[in-house]
Amino acid sequence: MMVVRNWILLLAALAATASLAAFGFLSYAPNRIVPGVARSLHEVAGDAVTVLAATALALALLCFLPQRRAVLLVAAAGLLMALGVLLFAAGHGATMLAATGVPAGRTSLGPAFWLALAAICLALIDTAEQAGLSALGRSLLIGAALAMLAGMAWSGLFDNLSLAREYHAHTDAFALEFRRHLTLVVLSAAISGAIGLPLGVMAFRDPRFGQRLFGVLGIVQTVPSIALFGLLIGPLSLLASTFPVLRQVGISGIGAAPALIALVLYSLLPLVRNTVAGLRSVPESVVEAASGSGMRAAQIMRQVMLPLALPVILSGFRIVVIQTIGLTVVAALIGAGGLGTFVFQGLGQNAIDLVLLGVIPTIVLALAGDVLFSLAAANLTQMP
Amino acid sequence: MITLAGVSKIYDGLRVVDRLDLDIAAGSICVIVGPSGCGKSTTLRMVNALIAADEGRIIVNGQDVREADPASLRRGIGYVIQSAGLFPHWSIADNIATVPRLLGWPRDRIAARVAELIRLVGLDDGDMAQRRPHQLSGGQQQRVGVARALAADPPILLMDEPFGALDPVTRRALQDELIAIHRATAKTIVLVTHDMDEALKLGERIVVMEEGRIVQDGSPAAIATAPVNDLVRDFVGGEEAALRLLARGTVADVMRPPGATRQTATIEPGATLGVALARMVASGHGELGVRDEAGREIGVIALADLAPGRRP
Repeated sequence: MMVVRNWILLLAALAATASLAAFGFLSYAPNRIVPGVARSLHEVAGDAVTVLAATALALALLCFLPQRRAVLLVAAAGLLMALGVLLFAAGHGATMLAATGVPAGRTSLGPAFWLALAAICLALIDTAEQAGLSALGRSLLIGAALAMLAGMAWSGLFDNLSLAREYHAHTDAFALEFRRHLTLVVLSAAISGAIGLPLGVMAFRDPRFGQRLFGVLGIVQTVPSIALFGLLIGPLSLLASTFPVLRQVGISGIGAAPALIALVLYSLLPLVRNTVAGLRSVPESVVEAASGSGMRAAQIMRQVMLPLALPVILSGFRIVVIQTIGLTVVAALIGAGGLGTFVFQGLGQNAIDLVLLGVIPTIVLALAGDVLFSLAAANLTQMP
Repeated sequence: MITLAGVSKIYDGLRVVDRLDLDIAAGSICVIVGPSGCGKSTTLRMVNALIAADEGRIIVNGQDVREADPASLRRGIGYVIQSAGLFPHWSIADNIATVPRLLGWPRDRIAARVAELIRLVGLDDGDMAQRRPHQLSGGQQQRVGVARALAADPPILLMDEPFGALDPVTRRALQDELIAIHRATAKTIVLVTHDMDEALKLGERIVVMEEGRIVQDGSPAAIATAPVNDLVRDFVGGEEAALRLLARGTVADVMRPPGATRQTATIEPGATLGVALARMVASGHGELGVRDEAGREIGVIALADLAPGRRP
């Protein structure tokens, strides 16, 4: 008797197939103003239909096999291939539509593309989870997907998608805002590290101080980001107008200063919490041995406790960096710049592709950050 | 070497250690034994200032512990704890080098000392020095713990239930090695344990503690044969205490010159007295011939020779 052993993969394959069959894969409009006309995958990339259908069928069949590691790895490879074909079909279809259409014509990605993409990504995450991939394996999988996307984008495959058109129309602005985004993230991570690590050590040494600190940081965490950004405008403008020196070094109610402060405030809770958890995870016998050997308090902290707590602290940095990459998008609202600029511009102009120009790099950045920190943590835990 | 005079430790009004007086001679092995919670570990930790005494004075090597800089004091006292407490992120060599590095020894002197210690504790096979603690068995880790404590050649070694977490075979092997190390280095060793067998085997002097006070202080033979109260009697195992004492000393220590007739049952001179008794029981002979490796009879040992009073 046939028993379904992997419902998630089966449902994902069915959902992707159904949405590709039912909805528009691309949407073509002769210009930016008029609404587009839906084009199915079959219309724009006939060959891809065959490949994707065959892949979906193969994946669906895998769902009836016992879910051993080998089967799951084959499924992951199949999903990765389906992802590649989907991306390729989108780029190729857009090129074809552009060749037959008017120069001002715009091709955007349709609901079928997004639904299929979501189904594939969900199935990929679940499969990786079930296969029990190590941090390295997971990073390799995400890296492969990102490399595929980057390679296709580099080769100009997506140049005829309106998303790429938006990019080409904003090349300079994009480079600037991307750098600003990165700078904000790196600066805020560095500052919160410089504040959070000592606070974590203090909270560890004095649990009563820690309790009060966590109370305050917990409240900060519950304030919605947009509200916190707004809250900082008042006090900072006041400071800047009272002390003109501050204005000269670039501190004012709007811009990077309030954004950085808010981002750092949000980062402190996960960072301090992980620092304390990491220090607590150091076995008492090790600390006693260090103390009994004649190490001083600072030597114990630097030579023994912090190195042993580092994997947990790093995972705190991972949370912080990923969270900050997302929050920085909102910081564009108070004039801090970054990829959020495109998101809010696009929302204002009802130009969804411009929104995506801000959103997609944000997602890619977050994934890259995740891979980076997972690899660093995996590298550390290999030498416990 | 170590003097405690009227030393107390009070937690929440309770005297965990109660006006303790103890004088430990240089070069001896003193075992502090007692049930859990009797204050023996607290006493040990007050000696290297991991815990501050609330009353009394502790003099270590002529210096008042309270007036010493704790870190410097501890660098001069080897310290071994139950779970070894090795630094998991350091190699075995780095672990052993902990105190010499704190003392700022030159690199080549540290390397030479580490190599010497790895040999001393019997870990000199292959790449041991570069391995990490988690790659070692519990017994090997504790050997490294002992080597780390001995690294800067401190005159004093404090050991807090050092072999408590090991299986009986490994424990016995490490106990034997500790005796060998003590013979070779003449350190002053203070060892805390709740295991009376261990105390009777290792101690030259045994201090039995109960509720923060010393209830009996004497030689293993005195503790085993003349317990001062029921607690000590129960602790040494009542009448069977005499059997436990047999773990100390070897046949060679008590044998007498050989007689005219060769004995039918024999024993090796290096065997413990416990083995000699077992051989007598198993063979049904009250007297054994002591034979060396060449099979020559070099002495005899009789049941009467096993009595505690007859031993050195």
